[in-house]
Amino acid sequence: MKKNSYFITAILLTIFFMTNIAMAGNLVIKGSTTVLPIAQQVAEAYMIDHPDVKISISGGGSGNGMKAVIDGTTDIGNASRFIKSKEIELALERGAYPVPFRIAYDCIIPVVHPSNTIDNITLENLKAIYEGKIKNWNELGGPDRKIVVISRDTSSGTYEVWEDKVMNKERVYPGALLQASNGAVVQAISKNQNAVGYVGIAYLNESLKALKVNGVEGSEATTLNGTYPISRPLFMFTRNWPIGDTLNFINFILNPQKGQKLVKSSGFVPLY
Amino acid sequence: MAIRRQLKEQWMRVFFFCFALASILILSMIVVFLFMEGLPIFSKVSVKDFLLGIYWYPTSDPPDFGILPLIIASLSVTFFSALLSIPLGVMTAVYLAEIAGRRLREVIKPIVELLAALPSVVIGFFGMVVVSPFLQDFFGLSTGLNLFNAALMLAFMSIPTICSLSEDAIYSVPVELKEASLALGATHLETIFRVILPASISGIATAVILGMSRAIGETMVVLMVAGGAAMIPTSIFDPVRPLPASIAAEMAEAPFRGDHYYALFATGIVLFFFTFLFNILADYISHKYRQVGAATL
Repeated sequence: MKKNSYFITAILLTIFFMTNIAMAGNLVIKGSTTVLPIAQQVAEAYMIDHPDVKISISGGGSGNGMKAVIDGTTDIGNASRFIKSKEIELALERGAYPVPFRIAYDCIIPVVHPSNTIDNITLENLKAIYEGKIKNWNELGGPDRKIVVISRDTSSGTYEVWEDKVMNKERVYPGALLQASNGAVVQAISKNQNAVGYVGIAYLNESLKALKVNGVEGSEATTLNGTYPISRPLFMFTRNWPIGDTLNFINFILNPQKGQKLVKSSGFVPLY
Repeated sequence: MAIRRQLKEQWMRVFFFCFALASILILSMIVVFLFMEGLPIFSKVSVKDFLLGIYWYPTSDPPDFGILPLIIASLSVTFFSALLSIPLGVMTAVYLAEIAGRRLREVIKPIVELLAALPSVVIGFFGMVVVSPFLQDFFGLSTGLNLFNAALMLAFMSIPTICSLSEDAIYSVPVELKEASLALGATHLETIFRVILPASISGIATAVILGMSRAIGETMVVLMVAGGAAMIPTSIFDPVRPLPASIAAEMAEAPFRGDHYYALFATGIVLFFFTFLFNILADYISHKYRQVGAATL
């Protein structure tokens, strides 16, 4: 008798869990490593609000994210760039109609030591510094000191923006120092009055001096109105117009009170 | 009864054999994995271009996978740290084993060994926040994150290894040798340099090589203080990027099983060969020049 009741309980439990799994929403998010920290933070908050939804997130780059959206192997594809025309053609071929959602802006600011007298720099001069063509601050009207160029590891999203918006696909010269995180760049610049580097806007503090680029100060406002040159929008793509949990998630991330607050706390510029 | 005892004995043998096997198994699995993930890059670049190429641009289009600047950086950082750590480590060992009194020795030795207990990230942070600005001001350098700073920090890390192993070697020199030397009229200093050090040279050499092998494989310190410029250094105050720093900085975001990923694992293989070579060398020296008894000197 007792054995029997255990047996029945076990069956009931199994059924209960199986239906639970079948009912729970599963959301797959893939793509750009730049968007990854936003996606992670927002997904955690979303899962607290909606305990029945399970979200799995992975990186792999914008290209892989777009590919997964087109193939239908992910619900949401993250991208740090807009969809390419080739990808649109491929998507239409496969019967998909990718929909972009702009979720945040990435804004990278060139920084120097607070004692540096330079306030403004042009994109051309920044490029020349990072190519190793301008080597001394006196070429820019500063004191006669060698410029110490600090860059990021080539696989970071921050480097990607820099390469895209400043370097114009030219290579950063090998003599540039490499730091593995925004925090390490802040640390290195605040200790070196010859240094120039770049960090995400959220990492600015009083131990650094932010440079204006082409006369425009990098801020949330200049990023949103498009006048600040070293910034880019970040996207989430869905295969077609989203429905169900995917739509809920997109709405959550675009909500100024919820997702957009997390966008800001992950170090990016929110839309509102 | 005797059979049961024998059976038990055999079980014990199997039991301990399994434990001994476990570490070998784990090591061989890691090595197989390392090669599986690293070798595919050589279908894209030749071994020669990989080892002797001077440009490391793994994410450019087209990419360049040349690790010569990284190899030179690793070797030079290790070399200069050895220049600092060998005299310091060995001299400390001599002092502790031969000159210091028993009580002083019992205070100093644990303190030196405590240096080994410092987490490498703490040493790296110290180098970054304290030593680097000091070097900038003192030498008037453009940056304090450079080869010299890294070598200095790595020397801190290898001194305890070198000191403690050398001290053991010096301490185990047979006392007859020392007594004979002193009886012949040699001073204490002469005894140390002409008798005790030659007698313990195999132990000291092993200690030095193990200390250097620790320095070449160290990651966190070089990532934080070496500067990270992937170019061939022309002075000891140039920033460099040693092999482990490059792997640690880039691995997290290299696309899984992409060329960059394979290239980083191949860099790991190169690093593995270096430490492997150091260990073989240490083993060889400690066997070949082993001091057996007092008669062989």
